[in-house]
Formats: sequence, structure tokens, C-alpha cells
Amino acid sequence: MTDDEFASVVGLLGREPRIAELAMYSVMWSEHCSYKSSRPHLGRFPTEAPWVVVGPGENAGVVDLGDGWLAALRIESHNHPAFVEPYQGAATGVGGILRDVFTMGARPIALWDQIRFGHLDDPQNRFLFSGVVAGIAGYGNAVGVPTVGGELDFEECYQGNPLVNVMCLGILRREQLVLGTAGDPGTISVLLGASTGRDGIGGASVLASASFEEDSGAKRPSVQVGDPFQEKKLIEACLELYDKNLVVGIQDLGAAGLSCSTSEPAARAGAGMEVDLDLVHVRESDMTPGELLMSESQERMMAFVHPDQLNDVLAVAEKWEINASVVGEVKPGGMLRVFKDGNLVAEVPASSLSEDAPTYDRPFSEPARQTDLWADTIDYSEARDVAESLLAILEDPSIGDPSWVYEQYDHMLFLNTVVGPGDDGNLLRIKGTSKGLAVSTDGNGRLCYLDPRGGAARLVYESALNVAMVGASPLAVVDNLNFGNPEKTDVMWQFTETVEGMSQACEALGIPVIGGNVSFYNETNGVDIYPTPIVGMLGLADPMPEQPPRLDRGEPGMDVWLLGADNPTNLAGSAFEKIVEKHLGGRPTEGDPGTARAIIALATRLAAEGRIPSMHDVSDGGLAATIAEICIRSKIGARIDYSDWRHLFSEDPHRFVAVAAPEAEDSIVAAADEAGVTATHIGFLGGSMIEFVRDDRVTAAISTESATSAWRGAIRNLMEH
Amino acid sequence: MNVAVVVFPGSNCEHDVVHALNIVGCDAELVWHRDTDLSGFDGVVLPGGFAHGDYLRTGAIARFSPVMTPVQEMAGAGAPVLGICNGFQILTEAGLLPGVLLANRDLRFICRPVHLRVESTDSILTRSASIGDVLEVPLNSYEGQYTADPKRGSDVTLTYSDRDGLVSPAANPNGSTYNIAGITNEAGNIAGLMPHPERAIEAILGSTDGLVLLESFTTAVSEFADGKTVGV
Repeated sequence: MTDDEFASVVGLLGREPRIAELAMYSVMWSEHCSYKSSRPHLGRFPTEAPWVVVGPGENAGVVDLGDGWLAALRIESHNHPAFVEPYQGAATGVGGILRDVFTMGARPIALWDQIRFGHLDDPQNRFLFSGVVAGIAGYGNAVGVPTVGGELDFEECYQGNPLVNVMCLGILRREQLVLGTAGDPGTISVLLGASTGRDGIGGASVLASASFEEDSGAKRPSVQVGDPFQEKKLIEACLELYDKNLVVGIQDLGAAGLSCSTSEPAARAGAGMEVDLDLVHVRESDMTPGELLMSESQERMMAFVHPDQLNDVLAVAEKWEINASVVGEVKPGGMLRVFKDGNLVAEVPASSLSEDAPTYDRPFSEPARQTDLWADTIDYSEARDVAESLLAILEDPSIGDPSWVYEQYDHMLFLNTVVGPGDDGNLLRIKGTSKGLAVSTDGNGRLCYLDPRGGAARLVYESALNVAMVGASPLAVVDNLNFGNPEKTDVMWQFTETVEGMSQACEALGIPVIGGNVSFYNETNGVDIYPTPIVGMLGLADPMPEQPPRLDRGEPGMDVWLLGADNPTNLAGSAFEKIVEKHLGGRPTEGDPGTARAIIALATRLAAEGRIPSMHDVSDGGLAATIAEICIRSKIGARIDYSDWRHLFSEDPHRFVAVAAPEAEDSIVAAADEAGVTATHIGFLGGSMIEFVRDDRVTAAISTESATSAWRGAIRNLMEH
Repeated sequence: MNVAVVVFPGSNCEHDVVHALNIVGCDAELVWHRDTDLSGFDGVVLPGGFAHGDYLRTGAIARFSPVMTPVQEMAGAGAPVLGICNGFQILTEAGLLPGVLLANRDLRFICRPVHLRVESTDSILTRSASIGDVLEVPLNSYEGQYTADPKRGSDVTLTYSDRDGLVSPAANPNGSTYNIAGITNEAGNIAGLMPHPERAIEAILGSTDGLVLLESFTTAVSEFADGKTVGV
């Protein structure tokens, strides 16, 4: 807390704060909880659409899927805890995001993790990477929610500051929706779940809202420890409470613990609350009021219960073998009063903790380096070796086979996973309905570093195209904005540009932003990460296609079609430039709203009609990698025509490849014509070689076997030898 | 006929098992681990998950859950009892099946489809299959390495193989003794396996090879309900 912020607290209270009060303000007003640097900009996001049930500001965003079904979606970061203690940092990230979703009344049905590290040739990065993956697996598998996909990237800039983001999707019936409100005066506050200890004290302020220096290991006690078994019981108990209609409102205890879960629901209800800390079930004695209020012990929920239903609530807790303590009561007026040993230890306006947090209009300006970056292009007058470049791209860990990671995650539980990890978008069925939910998460730090606004917009377009790849139409976005130190003007510029680009793209596609998270201070020893916004896209397919396209369904004799521009030459920010040229510069091609709309609608239509066995969007690695991935997954070769080698590696947006039997030609061409999209026949599948042909001559060829071996070993070989 | 699917705190595949049993025409009900009355049920499934958090050791606490008393009684009376994954671990801890499940050879969780060769049809799990059949069924476990006295072997129902049915070290995902994926007791009415047949029931999810296993179980339950002996 700064001196100015302390002065604001004194002004609010009309006196010097007590120690416990100061503790509450210090965590609630931290960057992590109060969004004090980002809030002035987040209002830019389009958040409204007829199908939005709950927008940003609650624990999770909620959208209407029709027929009484709702979906709840939330994304969070656990970057700093995961660097300090990879296993527990990642594990508790999973636990926290689950609570955000079942707090809304939803059963969590799937998780996605977006993780980024420095290069794997450094043993410290291998340690962090394997620890984070084990933590996600250890918690997610045991808590019984499948991790069905995610993202993986390795860049120098995440050395010393890995990114660990996690997204959770839940579904619920409309009548089960619960909000984080404390209800009317007289409502009882019941603390459910794990006992409160000294773990994670100040996690929100010490860890999440500060940069790292050399001594970051000393922050390890601020990382919480997860207990997935406790969380599993808590989920089932809460879902039973909702089923029996036993709660007025509920709030999870995450960042800022009891401070947050008492003040926020009371403020939302326009009421106050009295809390007796002596009634909190604790795991160690002699905790001070401040410690009790700040503790971030995991697996706790605060339920707000009508007095008549208290016994029923306690019976459900007893059945599921979780602790339950009555700790307080909602009171008229707006004051939050906290007692310990019979003494009043805090008395503050409940709303002041969440709503009166300071906001900072931090200065921002475009850094001078940006123009230099754009001018820093490569001379490509001499053609590059296509085969060698493709192999190098396929064996890069950011592009190669991620199965070493996702085979450690239970991705099949609940029997909903129709399209699982490894394809562009994931598709989950909702049993007993005709509906399928498609999800994709996308980030690209290099692109956003070169052009924060254009890059962020392209992420929205790309993730929308990814959900279209499995036959869905995009419905809603959540975002996780990972940035460096907001006190630097260039970082703040990257941030504002990102919000603008993302907003413009969402507006162009008519998709609301229903929630998000901001993670600042991702810098270590003064070096900021690339601006790394992550877009989580939810799509709906209703009816769900019976045979959605999959990468492994290519067969000999099938035609290969490219939908979208067939002659891009821009390589700025591409995997080719990073991996082959070891270069980052130039200005990436910007997305185009009209083209984006057309290609997304076309993809949704073709995937839903069921005539295209295999579709794959052109993104990391360009057309050559797109084709190679289809060949590897389908265990087949291909013969692809091209005229300029750069067409094979450009990552320009709004393009995808479709593979289909010759009979499908008329319907593909007709659908593309109708959509105003160029459809180009670029080759065939067959044989055992991936061949590139120019002027009827094979100019580059690799066997599918060697491509497979490079791709399969990209991560595995580094982690297992 | 009606099958009890036991829910321990920490179980997570119970709904999937009920869904899959319903598909093969078998009624199934969830039973809480503190229940001690299984009258009215003709068979039992202990589903996958992390009963009691797998704390102490997988299945080590679950074997003391109250429901295990009537499960033991039903098993003794010849009723079909099937343990899947964590349920298999619980059956070994309870002494209903021999051997133990250790952490996987590579100390990593494994979630992927594996191939299983049918080694014996003398069990409630494999009676409708044929010896030599190769089934693709997902594996999903950390403590999946079946370890037992290698002199045993007559009770093996399923082994890990390649897609052609070749049982080799290369096809062993987790280091299990003799590639063992599933076993049965001498009487043939208690069976356990690490892979998840309930995840291979519908084509849209990738494989229907689990059908023959759950159909075997359902047939056995139906025969037991009719008063027949279901073992060997």
C-alpha cells in the first residue's frame, strides 16, 4: 500500500485504521483484487448481447444456450505463484477457477490451461514446466473435472516469468443460477470447507501485484497449498445445496480470503455484516485478526443462508464430510464489523473495500522502439529451403505434439469430450440435448509485441475460427490480459492498445466479453514479458454435428482445399521467422472484420454440414505446418502446389484448409462463392511423402514418417532424456 | 436387475458408469459409501476416481467405508462385483482381488486409449468376448502398475497389447507385471481392471470396444438375479 492509499483509508474512516482494517484494505486494494490500473480501460469492452445472463463483475460470466441451459465461463492467471512454487501454484490455480464457476450454481465440466515458459533447453524451465503440468494434473484429475485442452508456448521472454492461466466452463439449468449476494439482514453467513491457516497470507498483494527480483524464493510462504479432495467434496456439497435451494447467495474465498467474501457480498446486497472470527474453524491457534482476514487457505466457500434452513445446510455439510461454521450475520446499514475475543477489531463500510479502491489513470505512450520494430524486416529475395524449414518448425516445442502434456490430464471424464486436445477447437456435448459447446483459447505474444492492437484483434478472429472448425458459432469471450509492469508507459500503451483491438474485433463479430482477468507486473529483474493477452472463446453448435471434422480423418485421394487468401507473403511475427530466421520484427498483417465474418460463417457451415472429414485453420507455422499436421494425424502423405515459398509459411489470418472427397467439390465451391471466400484447390492426400510442387516439379519433400518423428519428439525428447 | 454404483467421497466416474450401464440396458443406482444395505441390488460396481482423496494409499481408507461390509457379503455370495480403476485398487486393498497397484513406471499420470488383449473369458467382465480379441479402451491412472506374484496368471482377464494383440514390453504403458490390465478371482464373480470400459461405449467418443465388457457384466448380473451361479 502506498502513502496516498493510506491517506485515502484515513479519509474514508475519519481516523487511523486499526491493524486488521489496514490488512483488509491492503489486500482488497491490491492490483490483483481491485484492478486499479486496468479498470479505467476495461469499460471499453463490449459486454452486452441478448444471450448474456451475467456479464463481467461477478465470479463468472454466464450465457444462455437455449432450452433452459446456461453456461458459466471464467479465466484466471496464477503466474506468480507458479513461478515461486510450480506444483502448488498451478494446482491452486485450478482449485480457484473451479470455485469461481461452481459459485454461480454451475457444475464445472471442463478446464483449459494456457501455459508459457522459457526455452526447454534450460533445466530450470524444464523443472517449472514439468512441475506446472504435474500440478494441473494432480489437482484437476483428483478433483474430477477433465482438462480437455489448452495452449503451450515457449519464448525467451517467459524465462523467469512463466504464465499459467486456467479457464473453466460449467453448465447449469437457469433456475440453479446463484449470485454472490449476502441477502437481506438476518441472513446467516456459513463458512464451508477447509480450515483457515496461515498459508497464502497476502498472496494477492505480495505475489500477484509485485514484480520479481532475485530473491523471489523468499515469497514461497505466500503460495497456498491445494487439497483437491477437500474441493471435490465442497463442489458436491454446494451443488446439493443449490439443488435443494438452500442458499440465498454464495461467494468463494480466493484472493483476500475472508475480507473479500464478507465485504463483497454485503456490498452487492446493499447491506452490512457482523463477523465473529472466534467462530472460524482454524488449523492453527493464535492467528491474529489480520491473518484470519487475509489468509488465502484454499477450498473454502461462504454461503449465505436463511435462518430456517441452517440445519438443512449443516446436514448437507455433514453428509459430505466438510466443516461448516456459522461465522456471521447480515445486518442493516452498510458497515462490516469484525470481532475477535469479544473485541471489535474492524469496522469499515463494506462497500469501501471493493468499490472505493483507488483507480490509477496510469500514463501511457507508444514506445519509440515500435517504429524501429516495424522497419526491421528481412530480405527474402533468396528462397529458403522449404523441407528443412518445415522440419525445424514441426520439432519446435511450441508447435510440436503437445500430447506429453495432455496425456497427463484426464481429458475424458464425464463422457462429453467429442473433440479433445490436439485439434483446433474442443467440442463437448451436453448429454440429453442436441447441443455441443465448442471452446478454443488463443494467445500469441510475438504477434502482440509487434502490434498490440492488431495482434489482439487477430486472437479474437483466430479463436472464433477455431470454434467454427468443429461446427459452432462463436457466442462469448473471456480474456486474460498478461502484461508487464503497468507503471511503465510502454506497458500501459500495450495494454490500452490490446483492449482496443480486442474490443474492435468482438464488436465486428458481435461477440460480448463476459469476463476477464488482468495480470500485471509480469517482469523479472526489470524485463517485461511480451504483452500476452489470452482469448477464451465459447461457441455453440445446436444441433451438434454428428461427425465434426477432425485432423485424423484424411484419406488417400481426398482433395486439399485452401479457403481464404492463397497468396500471402508476410512473414512478420511468424513461427518461420522465429524458428528459422531467429528474428522478430516487421509488421504483421492486420485482420479484416468483413473477411473474418465471412470465413467464420463458411467454416461453421461446412463443419456442420458434415461433408468435410478434416478441417484445420492456418496459424502457427503457416500452410506448410497445417498440411503437415493433417498428414501426421491422418498417417498419410500429400502433394501440394504452390507458386511462392512464402505462401507456405505466412500466418496471415482468416484462412483454413479443408480436406474432402472429390464429390464434395461442388458444395465446397458453392458455399465459398456464397460466402465471398476464395476456394483454391491446392493438392491431394495420398502416398507417404509430403511433397511441395511448383511448376509441376517437386521442389521439396519430406516423408510423413520423418515429419511425425520430428513433431512427436518436440517436447517428449526434451523431457524424457 | 439393479446394479449399485458406490460413491465414495472423491469418486468421480460414478455418473459415467451409470450412463454406460444404462446404454447396455442395465439399471443402476448411486449408493453412498455410508450405506450398509445393498439388498435389492444384484451386482456392484466400484467406479473410478480418488476415493477419500487416495490419501494414505489408493483404496486404503475406502476399504473401511461402511458400504464395504455388504459389498464383501455380496461378493462372497457370488454376486458380480466389478472394480474399475480406483475401484480395482479398492478391491485389492479389501482383499477381494490379489496384488497391488503401484505408481506408473514413468511416475506420470497416463490418460490415453490403450489396446487390451482378452486372455480369459472366465469372468463376469470378459464372458461375452473371445480370447485373443483386441479392444481399444482408455486408461486413466497414476497408480496403475499392477504388481503381483508372477507365478499366478490363471486369473488374468486382460493384458496391455499393441493394436494387433501382441503383448510386449513396448505395449506396457505403466510397468504392470506381465502387462496385466485386468484380473478376476478364482470363482470368476469379482473382476477388476485399470482401463475404463465406460469410456468406450459410444462411437462419437472414439471407441465402442468397452461394450463387450459391460455387456458381459450385465449378463452376469441378470443371471445372478435369476438365481444362477455366474462364476466359473
